[in-house]
Amino acid sequence: MYELRKVDKHFPGVHALKEIDFKVNRGEIVGLVGENGAGKSTLMKVIYGSYQPDGGTITIDDKAVRFQNPRQAMEHGIGMVFQEQSLITNLTVMENIFLGYEQQFVNFGVIDWKAMAEAARHQLKKVKLDIDPSMTTSQLSFAQRQLVELAKVLTLEERIDGDLVILLDEPTSVLAKEEVELLFQLVRDLTKRASFIFVSHRMDEVLELSDRIYVMKDGEVVDVVEQKDAEVDAIQHKMVGREVDKEYYREQKQKPYDAEQVLVTFDSVSLGNRYKDISFELHPGEVLCLVGTEGSGREAILRTVYGLDAPTSGSVSIKGEQVSRFTAKSGVARGVGYTPRERKVEGIVAGMNVYENMTLSQMDNYSSAGVLNISEEKSLARTWIEKLAIKTPDVYKDCGGLSGGNQQKVVLAKWRSGGSDIILLDHPTRGLDIGAKEDVYEMVREMSDAGVGIVLVADTLEEAIGLSHTIIVIKDGEFQKRFDCTPGDKPSLYDLVHHMI
Amino acid sequence: MSDVTAQTAPFGGLVTRDQIVKWAPLLVLAVLLLLFPFFEWLEDFREGKDHVYLLDSRFFSIRNAARIGIAATPALMVAIGVTFIIIMGSIDLSMEGTVSVCAVLFAFAFLAWGGTLMSWAWLAIPLVLLVGAIMGFINGLVHVRLKIPSFMASLAMGFVGTGFALLLTGGDRIRIEDELFRSLLTVRWLNFPIMCYVALGFLLIAWFIQSRTTLGRNFYAVGGGEELAHASGLNVNRVRIMGFTLAGMFFAVGALLAVGRIGIAETATGNNFMFVSITAVVVGGTALWGGIGGVWNTLVGVLIVNVINNGMVVIGLPGYVQDGVLGILVIIAVVLSTDRKSVSFVK
Repeated sequence: MYELRKVDKHFPGVHALKEIDFKVNRGEIVGLVGENGAGKSTLMKVIYGSYQPDGGTITIDDKAVRFQNPRQAMEHGIGMVFQEQSLITNLTVMENIFLGYEQQFVNFGVIDWKAMAEAARHQLKKVKLDIDPSMTTSQLSFAQRQLVELAKVLTLEERIDGDLVILLDEPTSVLAKEEVELLFQLVRDLTKRASFIFVSHRMDEVLELSDRIYVMKDGEVVDVVEQKDAEVDAIQHKMVGREVDKEYYREQKQKPYDAEQVLVTFDSVSLGNRYKDISFELHPGEVLCLVGTEGSGREAILRTVYGLDAPTSGSVSIKGEQVSRFTAKSGVARGVGYTPRERKVEGIVAGMNVYENMTLSQMDNYSSAGVLNISEEKSLARTWIEKLAIKTPDVYKDCGGLSGGNQQKVVLAKWRSGGSDIILLDHPTRGLDIGAKEDVYEMVREMSDAGVGIVLVADTLEEAIGLSHTIIVIKDGEFQKRFDCTPGDKPSLYDLVHHMI
Repeated sequence: MSDVTAQTAPFGGLVTRDQIVKWAPLLVLAVLLLLFPFFEWLEDFREGKDHVYLLDSRFFSIRNAARIGIAATPALMVAIGVTFIIIMGSIDLSMEGTVSVCAVLFAFAFLAWGGTLMSWAWLAIPLVLLVGAIMGFINGLVHVRLKIPSFMASLAMGFVGTGFALLLTGGDRIRIEDELFRSLLTVRWLNFPIMCYVALGFLLIAWFIQSRTTLGRNFYAVGGGEELAHASGLNVNRVRIMGFTLAGMFFAVGALLAVGRIGIAETATGNNFMFVSITAVVVGGTALWGGIGGVWNTLVGVLIVNVINNGMVVIGLPGYVQDGVLGILVIIAVVLSTDRKSVSFVK
């Protein structure tokens, strides 16, 4: 009854959705799987009205519709349960449920709280949640909040005449095993009233719950599988199946690392519930890649190596010395450099120029008694602008005005010129165009040759495989498997995905 | 090179937004300097008197420039202090209390130790610089260690200061009649009193700190990206505390010049510095969220504020109109310097 035909969506430089055909029948649960960047979230946004497609048609019961915003989509019975919980935690449960729709309870400008509580209780009953609707939302557990969110979407039932389509975006990511079971049971019960679109990284859950599964890759639907025919292996192959260009990742330049020396040692290190019992060694000249889905704990491990987050147990040694003080300052002093994912937030200071950014972490080397030696700073900047071919008119250029690739080079120059020999790269190529990406790959190889140890969280799996000497797969904060990636004998995408989800 | 120039020029490269924001304060100052004489000329013209524009102006004269200079110097010192804090993206509202305490303590120490600069009483000057620094240090400590927003921590510390000053004086005024100290005001070189040159000296020191020291660089780094500064290994809290300490010292210099100007120290010496200095910094083009601006902006800002005050007196407008005009100017300055596209919500 709800159908997309040949829906297209372009963003500047990206063809995000390519002629998508997508259909949801009455009372059906449809699964949607794909890698990061395959176009799942864009498709979801088109469905619930946050994006407008550039081409193709959307029909409900064969009538064409067009949504300008999520509210219009809601009025047609399409509701979204968000992955990032969208409840406002300082409001009460009932206020959250009826947020934006309080008008029905208003008499002469005053809200009738009793009526609202009654109505909220009715909604909560649908999701079998027995709580006081006037509770503040922050007091609820994550699982309860997830159910409140579902109850909120189910208010559509009273407001809308037609059928409901409810999107569930990673609803299980914060839930424990038993809670997941309860949620699934509930969703199955609710198929009497609504259809569901279920998006998850956890393949087994998708297979368990969905009647049909759409597999997406590079903005296309590559397969639609019925539940009875669904096999994890086959779906995973379809999700990732593409050629890896060895040239592109400079694989021919990959040299063996120095296994004799150790830069970083993690010995069964844990950090709260972010990651547990992680062990590895990083050697000079090695590119070690942490692979896992979003939220698997990769970034937290990087932050621990750098000194931003202290582990709760286990021991971390850098260059043979056990680390006892976890601060960014001491991390820098130990020779660790960190290029974070959000370049604009944590990579460069916009408003400061090229040389100021480069010496930011090592001002002591360019000053005596607190007075800066600016001419030395400038000559350092000129050296590195030449070395890394940074495109900037001069050293006075505000770094905020440089392109993403050149900002990345400034950040790397900052660490390399300061003598860092352990470099942590968090999504170094995110948002860069192909040429700039190749520059980054080239720099990674050069750093390896110079004996720098690199811990990488890559933007794509291909990048991880292409660049690294060693891959460690992490799932839900736990170590899964270690792969050696000597050129010519690299693991396949499928090997990795298999352990990731 | 196309990516490099991507951010410039919606207006064909000549007048960019950045350039408008950069030069607007100076332009405003220039316009004001020409506007007030115009009003004078207009008035005389109506009454049929002879008046050559600018040449016969009472406003546009060396004597009046010196008057503006005298009025502006204490405020300039205070505003420079708070400039450093605003560059960091914080704010310091403790200046009135700090100035009062410094002024009163200076007067007590100065009189107790001899009452003239020729005696040991000169030690009162380094003493109050130290006192200002300590008050700023405590201010920074309260802000950073107790994690109280800077505006609240400093406002509270300011009240503590005002109260303390009142406790010391019991409401009395203390006169400083030492001729050598009063020469700050009374002795003039090239028509301007010595205090103007003292202020110029401190302005240059502030400029040096801002552009040539690691501390100054750190202020910009913290204001431009606190997360990043932290991730680059800077001790952000230490930078913050040192910023407040430095600001406290400049407040103390402001207190000394304020006492030098009128020869009296009292609790009320600190009055009005908050509005004038914050207004001056903002009108001068230093962005309230940090990272942009500097002490030269503040100089222009202080001059704008004082030119308006002085000019309105010259053309005979009442005081409350001046405050109103300044308030509107602050709003215009913030509107001009805010890129509203990048800010979705303001709390």
